[in-house]
Parts: sequence; C-alpha cells; structure tokens
Amino acid sequence: MAAPTTTYTGKNNGNHRITEPAPVRWLLTAIALAFLALFLALPLAAVFSQAFAKGWETYLAALWEPDTLSSVKLTLITAAVAVPLNLVFGVIASWAIAKFTFPGKNLLITLIDLPFSVSPVISGLIYVLIFGRQGWLGPWLDAHDIKIVFAVPGIILATIFVTFPFIARELIPLMEAQGKDEEEAALVLGASGLQTFLRVTLPNIKWGIIYGVILCNARAMGEFGAVSVVSGHIRGSTNTVPLHVEILYNEYNYTAAFAVASLLALLALVTLVVKTVAEWKVQQQLERE
Amino acid sequence: MKILKRTNNVLPGFGPTMGYTLLYLSLVVLIPLSALVFKTAGLSWHDFLEAVAAPRVLASYRITFGAALAAAGINAVFGVLVAWVLVRYPFPGKRLVDALVDLPFALPTAVAGITLATVYSANGWAGKYLEPHGIKVAFTPLGIIVAMTFIGLPFVVRTVQPVIEELDAEIEEAAACLGASRWQTFRRVLFPLLTPSVLTGFALAFARGVGEYGSIIFIAGNMPMVSEITPLLIITKLEQYDYQGATAIATVMLVASFTMLLVINLLQRWSRRYAD
Repeated sequence: MAAPTTTYTGKNNGNHRITEPAPVRWLLTAIALAFLALFLALPLAAVFSQAFAKGWETYLAALWEPDTLSSVKLTLITAAVAVPLNLVFGVIASWAIAKFTFPGKNLLITLIDLPFSVSPVISGLIYVLIFGRQGWLGPWLDAHDIKIVFAVPGIILATIFVTFPFIARELIPLMEAQGKDEEEAALVLGASGLQTFLRVTLPNIKWGIIYGVILCNARAMGEFGAVSVVSGHIRGSTNTVPLHVEILYNEYNYTAAFAVASLLALLALVTLVVKTVAEWKVQQQLERE
Repeated sequence: MKILKRTNNVLPGFGPTMGYTLLYLSLVVLIPLSALVFKTAGLSWHDFLEAVAAPRVLASYRITFGAALAAAGINAVFGVLVAWVLVRYPFPGKRLVDALVDLPFALPTAVAGITLATVYSANGWAGKYLEPHGIKVAFTPLGIIVAMTFIGLPFVVRTVQPVIEELDAEIEEAAACLGASRWQTFRRVLFPLLTPSVLTGFALAFARGVGEYGSIIFIAGNMPMVSEITPLLIITKLEQYDYQGATAIATVMLVASFTMLLVINLLQRWSRRYAD
C-alpha cells in the first residue's frame, strides 16, 4: 500500500481562533494519547524491557552469538545491494516522470506503487514461482547448479521487490513541486545536462533522497514475510535478522529473541529521527522558494 | 516512443531515463508478478475453484477480511482523533508524539509481532489486566485485530492530518457566526470535508491489514478455521509443496489488492476534487 509521503503544506493551524472548550480539549488529547500509549509506546518499551530482563550480560551474550552475527551480516549485505539499486531507479524514474509530461503518467506511477499493495507473502511467492524447482527457470538453474531461491540471491531479489517504490515515491512529488525553472536556467546559461543534474537538481532533492533512503533501508533490513518465503531458514547461512528473531522466539529463547529484536527497534528509532529531520528540511526548502 | 512529443521542453535525458525506468520496472515488478498470473492461468477451472473455495480457505478469507475491516474501523475513529489533536491542540512533547505515529512503518513486522504477543499474553503488561475480565487477546482472532490496528495506525493519521491542516479557519468562523454550535460545525461542516480523506485512510489501512503477515502470525495462534489468516495459508501450502494451491489463493489475494488499489485511487481523486 502506498505509504503516506511527506506532505508539503506546512501550514500550522495551532493558533486557531475558534476552538473547543478546555475540558473537551483535555479529554480528547487524553484519549488520543492513551490510544497511542497503548498501541505504540507500550510495545516499544516492552521490546527493551524484555531484552534486558536478564541483565546486560545475557543481552550482550545473545548478540555475540555466531548465528546472530551471521544474520546481521546477511541483513547488511541485502540492504547494501537493494537500497542503492532502488536509489538509482528512484532518481532516474523521478527525473523522467516529474520533469516531463507524457500520456500514461498516472498509470506509470500506479505501477511503481504496485509492490506496496502486494502482500509480502505474495512478493516472496512470485520468486519461488520463477526460480524455484518447479518454476519457469527452475530446470535451467538446476542444470547449471545455480541456487537463487532458498539462498541469498532470492532474499536480495525479494527485498528489492518490496522496497522498490520507496525512493521514487518520495522524489516524484518533491521534484514536481520544485518544477523545472532552475534546470532550464542552468541549461540556458550553458551547463550540460549532467552538470545541471549534479549542480542544480541533486542539491535540491538531497533531503528527499535521504528521506527515501532511510525508509527504504528500514524496510530492507526489517522485511519478514517476503524474505521468509524465499529464505529456506538455514541457520547461519540464509537467516536475516528478522528471521533469526522468529527462530529464537519459536525456540522459547525469549530473552535472546528480544535482544536481537532490540537491534531492529533501535534501527526503527534512528529511522524515525532521520525521517523527521529530513521531512523538516524538505518543508523548509519548499517554503523558501 | 513516437507518441511522446517533447515540444517546448529543453531538459535533456527523457529517452534514456524513461527507458531505464520501464526496463527496471518490468524486470523487478511486472515480469515477476506476471509469473503468478500465468501460473494460475495454467490451472483448470475445476482445480482453481477447489483450491480457492475449500472450507479452510474460505474461513481464512472471513478471518483476514473481517479482522482487517474491524482494525481499519478502529483506526478510522482513533486516527481522526489523533490527527485532530496533533493539528489543533498544543501539548508538551507534541513533536515526539507526532514522530512516534510512524513507528509501525519503521518497526520490522516480526518485532511488532513478538512484542504484541508478549504484551497481550496472559501475564504480559496489557494481558494481565484483560485476562481476569475474560478478554483473551493473544492467540485469538482479537489478537489479529490488535496487530492489524498497530500496523494500520499511521495510514489514517497521515492521510487525515494534512487535510485538517489545510482547513480554512473562515469556514468554521462562518458557521459559528451563523449560530452553529461547535459540535454542529464539526458534524455538518468539517466532517463532510474530512470524509474523503478518512475513507482513503480507512481503505489504505484495510488493504495493509489484509496482506499483513509478520506482525500477525505470532499473536494469532494460527488455528485453522479460527485464527488462520490467508497469507499464512499460502505459506503452509508452499511448505507442503502444494504450489498450485498456493498460487491460486495468492491470485485471489492479488485481485483483491488490485481492486482496493483502484478504489483507493478513486477515493484520492475524489478527495483532491474536494480540496480545491
């Protein structure tokens, strides 16, 4: 499903002249905060509380375990391949879509959004159908002794699929909002196409790129459903961090499961901070124009 | 690409960037997804029906879509409230709370899953207060609704919030001048303006819930006919090497998501028309 992108309105209606009576305001604020506390803050606190339930030493021991370390390594490799590929696509696609008019633009944007509306399980399944033993390319891959599904390449492919729209989705509206006047001015003044892009466009979309990359990375490192279908769950070899969390949890090794999960929760918190800063910077930039 | 006339645009690079966009899109998204369609097209009608309309599969649709509907409903009510409070009322720590709303986007679903299961289990932080009252959440369909509410929460807030920010103060003042009470103003003036965005957020949350897997399986209990969601059933079929069954059910899910995508697009167009 399309993740809500940054909104470039920035209007602050905090000082509305007409408002509700104070008791109503307090009551509504209290209900809203209680709802958020129950559904967001409580689970977040529970991750860390469970992780440290048996003290620092158990926590560190759980993280310093060979299977955990190898899952961290695989997750880092996966993100290191998937995020740059989707970044290059995002920048190129948003240039083509935001700076030019052509028929079928809305259809193209909808197609780019498609992976958001596909269940993660189906995102994994399609790669099994193509590369699996009974799949389209299965016999050929078998004959050449290449393993894609239930191996690392399958995990990377599924991750690329689920994180595909993130960066493009963020850059298209941003570049559309910025228009193309600055680029045209640069070209008229004699800059080459590449110079124009590097010196004019890129600085303008810098924070948008950071926003997209951080969300794309969070999903790439945290994806569970799609990766679970194509992984084969081989400990120490095809387990990403989220899959390792599942294995530990299902083995009733709760402290270790939450210790590893706390790494992902920390990643989520860092993501939220960077995202908030990037959002603020983008808005500032648009208001200046 | 002869149809693409580029008159009065001096910017370079349309051809190569569009070419790369279409190539990468086809390789990563369109061709893999078409594998599912072709695989299903290879099934006979009889096999297809047998796979997608078995009692256990039908029960999983009811559970998945029912729970997603309930969760989206909860989110529609509380999401509007949260968005309203975040835009209109000052309170300390507002920025922090605003940022926290996106947590379900950033937190990996597996982490959400094991955490919710722990918090709502019999001796968990929330479960220990609910269980004495006979409310069992973990390992019941109620747990599925809780997980779907968690992951769907930001969708309603983030679709409604910008619309509330954009509301013109004058319309509320006009309503007040004409003698409307605050509640009347909200019900008769503001609510109709918010409706398209609320429905969009509802549909987004619903669609996300229907496809969700990671955060649900830990808390659901996964009992066939009672608390087994459709995505899990697809995985179960795959693990039993029933590729036909998995593919057929996945196609039903895919058609459902595409239908919702269409509905969401129409809703968004509607809300944009209202915004102008």
